[in-house]
Amino acid sequence: MLKGESGESLAVAYRILLAIGEATEAERLIPVKWAHISGVNYNTIGDSGVDFLEQISKSAKVAIRTTINPMGFEENKSTNLSESFIKKQMSIVKSYRMLGTTTSFTCIPYEIFDIPEKGSAVSFAESNAAVFSNSILGLLTNRESALSALASSITGKSPYSNLMMEEFRHAKLAIKPDYELVTELDYGVLGYFAGKTVSDSCVEFNASEEKLDTMKAKALSAAIGTSGSCGMFTQGEGAQQEVVTCGKEEVIAVKDELNTAEDGDLIALGSPQLGLNELHLLAGLIEGKRLKKRCIIFCARAIHNQATNLGLTDRIEHAGGEFMCDSCTCLTPLITRTDYDSVITNSIKAAYYLNHSNRIDVSLKDLKTILKEYADYN
Amino acid sequence: MTKCIKCRKIVGGSGIGNALLTEERINFLSMIDTQNGIIKDQHHQIFGSSVKGAVLVFPGAIGSSVGAYAIYSLKVNAAAPAAIICSDKADITTASGCAISNIPLVDMPENPSFFIRTSGMEVKVDADSKMVCV
Repeated sequence: MLKGESGESLAVAYRILLAIGEATEAERLIPVKWAHISGVNYNTIGDSGVDFLEQISKSAKVAIRTTINPMGFEENKSTNLSESFIKKQMSIVKSYRMLGTTTSFTCIPYEIFDIPEKGSAVSFAESNAAVFSNSILGLLTNRESALSALASSITGKSPYSNLMMEEFRHAKLAIKPDYELVTELDYGVLGYFAGKTVSDSCVEFNASEEKLDTMKAKALSAAIGTSGSCGMFTQGEGAQQEVVTCGKEEVIAVKDELNTAEDGDLIALGSPQLGLNELHLLAGLIEGKRLKKRCIIFCARAIHNQATNLGLTDRIEHAGGEFMCDSCTCLTPLITRTDYDSVITNSIKAAYYLNHSNRIDVSLKDLKTILKEYADYN
Repeated sequence: MTKCIKCRKIVGGSGIGNALLTEERINFLSMIDTQNGIIKDQHHQIFGSSVKGAVLVFPGAIGSSVGAYAIYSLKVNAAAPAAIICSDKADITTASGCAISNIPLVDMPENPSFFIRTSGMEVKVDADSKMVCV
């Protein structure tokens, strides 16, 4: 489709923006300060995606700060991946470099880069990042697709519609959890239920008034992103006309769907990738213990470097944890059915994609339970 | 006898095919085999059906933002729908995927359930004239 001629990639970008502008009834395009692009892992975009990016990167350059999602593996770390996978993955990386993106390989750009002031318009594709940024950081973004965020990065613009506009940022439906929300997994379950239930762009949780900590907010955002199209949540009294209860039965239904094994052969942490706070928590919980199962911790390189300087990675590795930078559990080529029957994780999003895309059973447990069950004192 | 209903145009062009109807939304990244267009999620209402050459009538996409690339893969693999009708407002993933794949896309047809009642009936989507005909 693309021949790499100058102007052609810009035309493609505007064709995408025009289509999503029509769909969301935008009257104009507005400048955005930051684009975050998904579609970096070869397993997510396939051969046609490799070719598309190679072509578009010949004549396009990003116009604004642009960060990108995790890829399939960590370069220079030995894996049993095929040469073909590595070659295609590195072609994608090359294209994103040529486009001028910051090759951040992270799905948590909000924990790494400076956050623009509240009310700034951005274009975030990665669904957990879109939901988190709208709900926690007060940034304005629609639930962009991999291609629409790419189009915004090249043009510096996005349609002024939907969650960019104040009127769409108020929920019409509230979800009232009727179970005790204690762990990050409890919040993940709530988010997964919410995503399935709500077709609007914004949902309210009539939950505890306490400020959500980052770990719980990430779990909630990622799960909402996985099961639906909703792009924002608010917390409040749930005074909406429509209130849906998420009680024990609903929790059981979500767990019946995603928790397909009692136990697993591998612990996978990170979808979204772990941030500094979570690594700090993990290092504390694991202190003086030894992991009984292989445990892969998916992490952004920037976070890993900081954690190393703080001595956190040493403490975690000392207990047997393995870091994998630049990648994430979602559609990872590193965890396959050939090697593992089932995986233990605290992430609803990881559980969904391990089940659906990697076809691996999942045992869902919260982080504290995982470390209680699978780590012993030396 | 041909009957036509109005709709909104999202991506131009026209296509004819047998309707593939579902009231359930689709995560294009995880639920569809992009090699052949078959819905591979066994919990989905249209599990086992193929979107290839069909007119897909569905509410919209959910889940992964990378679903747009999956739609493009379908096109490159000659397994794409002839056209797509979103019964609700078209979403960004479907709209952007169709835009680069030149798959005609319309949304919000008037009274869709009255006209397109069952999967298999032949449907023509003419996005440019904002019409869906059966």
